[in-house]
Amino acid sequence: MSDDSPDSAQPSLLASVVAPVKTLLEEIGVLGDLAFRAVMWTVRPPYRFQLVIAQMEFVGVQSTFLVGLVGLFTGMVFAVQTVYGFRRFSAENMVGGVVALTLSREMAPVLTAIMVAARAGSGMAAELGNMRSSEQIDALETMAVNPVQYLIVPRMIAGIVMIPVLTLVFFLVGLGGAWLVGVKWLSLDPGIFFDRIKTMLAEADLRQGLLKSVVFGFAVTLIACRHGFFASGGAVGVGQATTRAVVWSVVGVFVLDYIITSMLTQV
Amino acid sequence: MTVEAHVVVEGLVKRYGDRTILHGVDLTIGRAETLVVIGGSGAGKSTLVRHLIALERPTAGRILIDGLDVAALSDVELAKARRRFGMVFQKYALFDSMTVFDNVAFPLREQTKLSEKEIRERAMTKLKELGVDHAATLTPAQISGGMAKRVGIARALVMEPELLIYDEPTSGLDPVTSRTVDQLIEEMRARFGVTSVVITHDMVSAFDIADRIAMLIKGRVVAQGTPAEILVVDNPDVQNFIRSSGVDPARFTQRVGRLSAEELAARVAERKRDAAG
Ligand SMILES: Nc1ncnc2c1ncn2[C@@H]1O[C@H](COP(=O)(O)OP(=O)(O)OP(=O)(O)O)[C@@H](O)[C@H]1O
Ligand SMILES: [Mg+2]
Repeated sequence: MSDDSPDSAQPSLLASVVAPVKTLLEEIGVLGDLAFRAVMWTVRPPYRFQLVIAQMEFVGVQSTFLVGLVGLFTGMVFAVQTVYGFRRFSAENMVGGVVALTLSREMAPVLTAIMVAARAGSGMAAELGNMRSSEQIDALETMAVNPVQYLIVPRMIAGIVMIPVLTLVFFLVGLGGAWLVGVKWLSLDPGIFFDRIKTMLAEADLRQGLLKSVVFGFAVTLIACRHGFFASGGAVGVGQATTRAVVWSVVGVFVLDYIITSMLTQV
Repeated sequence: MTVEAHVVVEGLVKRYGDRTILHGVDLTIGRAETLVVIGGSGAGKSTLVRHLIALERPTAGRILIDGLDVAALSDVELAKARRRFGMVFQKYALFDSMTVFDNVAFPLREQTKLSEKEIRERAMTKLKELGVDHAATLTPAQISGGMAKRVGIARALVMEPELLIYDEPTSGLDPVTSRTVDQLIEEMRARFGVTSVVITHDMVSAFDIADRIAMLIKGRVVAQGTPAEILVVDNPDVQNFIRSSGVDPARFTQRVGRLSAEELAARVAERKRDAAG
């Protein structure tokens, strides 16, 4: 290829690869900066306990029923599927243990985080976006109140504390659902069902689930706050911010899930 | 009268992406002076005043308040400086998770160590002065736009700051209430020596309260001077703007009772003594 006849497809091809990568890196930069500011402002007084409690109520208490419901059905479905699959080689007494493993390591943290992203994350993005577009965030700043400290820190603390709690709820209710289907309806032996849970479920499984839920709690609230906090463009902008908050926090949960799993699991 | 400069804007340029909103604005606002900024929609008036309290960072140029470059302050220094600023926002900016009373009490709770009783007294007094005390227990969603505007003004005035910025304080208010707000702006200046920057489309109010008027067109200050000077300034855009507003240059008088420069200087000195002592 000579110098004076550049391949015309090349710049656009290059651009179409570079542009999204650049956007992604910039986005990670924005999130990193916001996370850093949130941590800095968490340790600086004044400590706003009331705001934290209000957010915990919003993230946690108001999501409990929903998370429990999803947990129940997830456990029930898993019991049916594993009984069906394991019966082929007469291993259905493993069902309790397998369901407990899957729930603790994957289903409970991931699905809980997704439920919270859909319910509380979207709410946070919409509320912060409205506050941005109606100049309430500017007003806070004018009154010498740091908006990151006042608005974002309580939400992130609530997410980091409450998503693990909700994950535990999901796990326990999910096990209950599996027990209901497996033992009550498909007549597995209750003693073996619980015994397999005890022998198969190691402390490391619970630890992995807990770690995931903490990381997801951080990520989901950070991404939701980021989209609301920096929203622009009036009502349309707030709508877009809400959508992006949910979409990107769900994507974030799956990506982080893979990263944590591959780091903690020796196959 | 020659007063010390309180706010100095030097060569302020603001760009968003490749759109230039402010093209090198220079302004000096004296202490205890009321500067009125007029100009068409989208001229950059709100953008200009948002720079004064560091809600925006200049692309180029400087903002000096009491000789301090506000864009260069650290978070903590800025928070300290902001205790002396107040702003009435164009879109009210009331916190909709709080009642009207809590909105006005908010800056007192955040920035002072006053007892809850004193806070209640001060906030209610301000609400009463603006005629919205009956709405104290309502939330911003339950009150009209005009009332929200007045609550926003009450919240900015309750801290009795040294620099007050009003972004269209009388838009959406009936004429009687508008004049009450004009009186209040003048009273803040007279009683506490407050420096005010007022954006308005209301020419009656502009000519009533201004010590000086600056006209902004497409991000440039095209004229500035006393109301009397602005009325006769030799610029077709300015003349067109004034004529369209229905102000009659031939019969122009300022209706708000104003203090003389000497009286005001004495009050400012007194306030400074109070602050020092
Ligand atoms: N954050 C921003 N990003 C991009 N453009 C902006 C931003 N803020 C303001 N602008 C643009 O700057 C211009 C001036 O806006 P500004 O709000 O300062 O006008 P204004 O003089 O206050 O108008 P009005 O009288 O209607 O309130 C507008 O064209 C607006 O689109
Ligand atoms: Mg404006």
